Amino acid sequence: MQISSRRLLDRSFTAAGFASIALMGTALIVLLFPIIGRGIGAFVFRGTVEHRRLQLEQFAHGDPESVEFEVSEALAARRPVYDMVDTFKNELESGGFALRRKYADRVAELEDRLRDLFGPAPGDPRPILLRDQYGQVRWDRAEVKLRDLLTVESYDYSNPNEMGQKVLTPRSEGFAGTSLAQLFPYVEEHVDEMLRPRWTFYWRFLTNGSLDAHFFGGIWPELLGTLYLTIGAILFAVPLGVISAIYLVEYARADSRLVTVIRSCISTLAGVPSIVFGLFGLAFFINTLHVSPSKSVLAGSLTLGILVLPLVIRSSEEAIRSVPQTFREAALALGATRWRAIVAVILPAALPGILTGIVISMGRAAGETAPIIFTAAVSVGRPLSLWDTASQPTPALPWNIYNLCSEHEAVDEIRHVQFGMVFTLVMLVLLLNGVAIFLRARIGKKLRN
Amino acid sequence: MTMGDRGASVRREKNVLQTLLGKEGRKRHNHPSKNGNSIMRTDTMVPSASEPAANEVCDCTERSAHISADGFSVFYGDHEAVRSVTLSIPPGKVTAIIGPSGCGKSTLLRAMNRMNDLIPRTRVTGKLFYCDQNIYGPACDPVELRRRVGMVFQKPNPFPKSIYRNIAWAPKINGYRGDLDELVERSLRQAALWDEVKDKLDKSAFALSGGQQQRLCIARAVALQPDVLLMDEPCSALDPVATARIEELIHELKTQYTVVIVTHNMQQAGRVSDLTAFMYLGELVEVNETRTIFTKPGDKRTQDYITGRFG
Repeated sequence: MQISSRRLLDRSFTAAGFASIALMGTALIVLLFPIIGRGIGAFVFRGTVEHRRLQLEQFAHGDPESVEFEVSEALAARRPVYDMVDTFKNELESGGFALRRKYADRVAELEDRLRDLFGPAPGDPRPILLRDQYGQVRWDRAEVKLRDLLTVESYDYSNPNEMGQKVLTPRSEGFAGTSLAQLFPYVEEHVDEMLRPRWTFYWRFLTNGSLDAHFFGGIWPELLGTLYLTIGAILFAVPLGVISAIYLVEYARADSRLVTVIRSCISTLAGVPSIVFGLFGLAFFINTLHVSPSKSVLAGSLTLGILVLPLVIRSSEEAIRSVPQTFREAALALGATRWRAIVAVILPAALPGILTGIVISMGRAAGETAPIIFTAAVSVGRPLSLWDTASQPTPALPWNIYNLCSEHEAVDEIRHVQFGMVFTLVMLVLLLNGVAIFLRARIGKKLRN
Repeated sequence: MTMGDRGASVRREKNVLQTLLGKEGRKRHNHPSKNGNSIMRTDTMVPSASEPAANEVCDCTERSAHISADGFSVFYGDHEAVRSVTLSIPPGKVTAIIGPSGCGKSTLLRAMNRMNDLIPRTRVTGKLFYCDQNIYGPACDPVELRRRVGMVFQKPNPFPKSIYRNIAWAPKINGYRGDLDELVERSLRQAALWDEVKDKLDKSAFALSGGQQQRLCIARAVALQPDVLLMDEPCSALDPVATARIEELIHELKTQYTVVIVTHNMQQAGRVSDLTAFMYLGELVEVNETRTIFTKPGDKRTQDYITGRFG
């Protein structure tokens, strides 16, 4: 081959490799950027006085005195708004029927918008749902609600050839010429005093339970459920996996048919779709073995354990196989029994590889959704005690991420919770990988000197 | 696999082994090499495994052979790597096995403490004795055997542990009850390594140079106080200076141990060994005193090899 064409081939190969790496990096950035950017919004946001009141009343966090003072200040700032509405309603009562007919619906709608923004009006009966008992806790949501208060959304169907066009008109137009017209500029001007937004670092998002199906509060039950499921899966998969790997490498005869069959079974198991594992878990662990009356963390852990077992076996097998034969010979030549040699020499040398496999399996188990749908996950639940894991189902991050965006009744209201969950899950997996790298480096260093 | 009689003799062999290797029975023996021409191809010298053995510690000086092979062959699958070798290795001497690559010398050496068990599809025929114990007999426990017949490998293979633990590990797992610190020091002194490492016993063994690592491996083998030390080309991965030190060490070791060394290097065999065995294509061609082998070889093939005509 000509040297020039050889060089061309070399260069194009390098370019192709570089391009694919760049593509992967871009994909990673494109993926991680919104997850991190929007996920942080669940933790760091401008919290309103309602957020602090909620934290105090529902979770007993915060300083009661200062919160109560803030609440009374905010209520005082809102007072004129409700006064204006009451005055106007009195005017309607005393005015004629035509007046009432013209404005009654508009006032009712206005009052609803005010409830959305500030929570129940003074004198209202206590709402049944928790979500109605508080105003907007986050300033970004409050701004949306404020816009809804100040403007009326309607659709213009005048052109039959086009879809209806959204038209926003100021709500004040509907009250033009009445005493209520002044309410809108007043609210717009004084909304800061009414809600008192302040930058908040809500780290308790991780440790608070969820209230009223994630309308308020944090994701502790989901996080705890994911940890239970992951750790449970590892507890089942690692002893079995490492022992199988030791058998396959150290004891089984490499050329026997049995081992070949076992190996291909493991490969097949690794390729089975995870939803099938979920159905298997339901059919086998719950319906056949009755490990629990219904879905439970135990059944989910077992299913996830089976799912990651091939991964653990494969990585442990590779790690044990890559221990130099000379270590084995040295140990045996010193009068060690086979088992001693494995425990004292081979496993320690293989440990970095085995650990890496375990941690990667943990990441896999933490993120799997399909196997736990049938065996462990529910949409809403309490944080479980360790004892309850044998019989109770649990919410878990991957399932609830899906559940929030697909089945939740008011997903638009709580996007931040969903992003917070995604962020937490990604961080959890990244953390696990970080731990794997750290352990590997540390043990490797220890072995070298 | 085993050629020895099974059945009734097994129980007897077990008794012998217990006496041989049991705790009270573990006695070091000094073997004065009073036997001038102790290497001989002898069948009569080797007691049969089924023969009633004396109920005492094996006294190899009387038998004149510490390890002996009797029509011993090793097969890897269908390939016969060692062909019906008959050989006696006398106590307290250095015996070198030389021969071209692939002649079966390492295989023979590794058979002496059953390291070939690690290689799949290996089988043996004939007999191989350690003292009067059939190494491949049913009563022989390879773990016990390897305690008495230590081995040093071609490449230095210390464990990824500290220097101290490299040496202390084997005695500890074998139930050594004495003072470990003292044992470590004694072993390192025997391997002429103590002065170099006494200040860094808790450092990783991998921090040592290749020659030091190999001496550490010798110290590790010596720490078990074996009877026989097998060395499989111990210097082939070392530079000349380290090689010289190991050779010196072998000279000192033979006062306490029976040494069997496999080497490619004929000068080395000439320098360190008392007796030399030449193997070719799996066969034992000739054994004799080293000086005789190198000056008046009895076989044409030996002569060709040592004069460099092949190999």
